[in-house]
Amino acid sequence: MLTCKDLLSELNTFLDDTADPNLRQELQRHVNECPNCWVIVDTTQKTLKVYKGMQAQEIPPGIESRVMKALERKIAADKASSGA
Amino acid sequence: MTHSLPQTEGLDESVLVERAKSGETAAFTELVRRYDKKIFRMAKQITQSDEDAEDVLQEALFKAYKHLDDFQGNSKFYTWIVRIAVNEALMKLRKRKSDRTVSLDEEIDTGEETVTREIAVWDGDPEQRYSQEELRVILDNAIQSLKPSFRTVFVLRDVEELSTEETADTLGLSIPAVKSRLLRARLELREKLTRMFKKKGEDAFAYL
Ligand SMILES: [Zn+2]
Repeated sequence: MLTCKDLLSELNTFLDDTADPNLRQELQRHVNECPNCWVIVDTTQKTLKVYKGMQAQEIPPGIESRVMKALERKIAADKASSGA
Repeated sequence: MTHSLPQTEGLDESVLVERAKSGETAAFTELVRRYDKKIFRMAKQITQSDEDAEDVLQEALFKAYKHLDDFQGNSKFYTWIVRIAVNEALMKLRKRKSDRTVSLDEEIDTGEETVTREIAVWDGDPEQRYSQEELRVILDNAIQSLKPSFRTVFVLRDVEELSTEETADTLGLSIPAVKSRLLRARLELREKLTRMFKKKGEDAFAYL
C-alpha cells in the first residue's frame, strides 16, 4: 500500500502522467481512497491550470517601442563597425 | 506603429531566420517581435521588476542578433532565444541581490510536508470568480513569494512549458534538481492559492 508521503513524492509524475503504468495505477488507487491526497491532487491541478491560463501581460506602454528602437540602433552601429 | 516591412509579415519562421542570418535587419526584428511580449513576461516573472525585465529583453535580443549563426534550427527559435533571456534574467538577479546570494544550485530543503497544511477544496473556478486583473494580482503575489530558485524552475516548466531537460539545460541544474524544485514550487503555490480560493474563504481577502 502506498502512503500519503509516497503520493506526495510522486505527485509530479502523477500529474504530468510520466509514472509507469503500475505505479500510476497504485497512485490512482491511493487518490481514490484518501480524501486528503485527492484534495492535494485536485488543487495542485487547478493551480497549474490557472497559471497556464494566465494571459500574457501587456508590455507597459513605451517599453516595446523603446526596446525595438534601441535594438535597431545597436544593430545599425554593429553593422557600421564591422564594415558590412 | 510598426517598423517591419510589409514583406516580412506573416512569413514562415524558418524563412525569417534564413533572411535574418543573411543580414536582413527587418527580418530579424520581425522575428523577435513575435516573441518580445513572452520574453518580457518571463523576465518580469523572474526578476519581478519592469525595469530589469526591459533591460533583460533588450540585452537578450541584441545577444540573439550577435549569435544568430549559432542557432541551428533543430530547436524552436523561441526555445533558443528564451534560454538567452533566462540567463540574462538570472544575471540581473545575481547582480541585484549580491548581498543576499542567489544561487540556483544551493542545497535546499525540499521537504514536501511543510507545504501541505492547507487541505481544502476550492470554491468554484477562480477564473469565473475573479476578473483577469484580480486573478493576475493573486497569481503574481503567490509567485513572488517563492524563492528565486523555485520561481525560475516553475516559470520555465509550467508557464513557458519548457521540458524538464530544457529547463535543466538552461539553468545548469541536474534533472533531479529541476524535479524536486518544481515539486516544491507547485506545492507552495497550491498552498498559497488554496488559502485564497478555499470554500468559505471570503475572509481570506483580509490578507490582501
Ligand atoms: Zn493520502
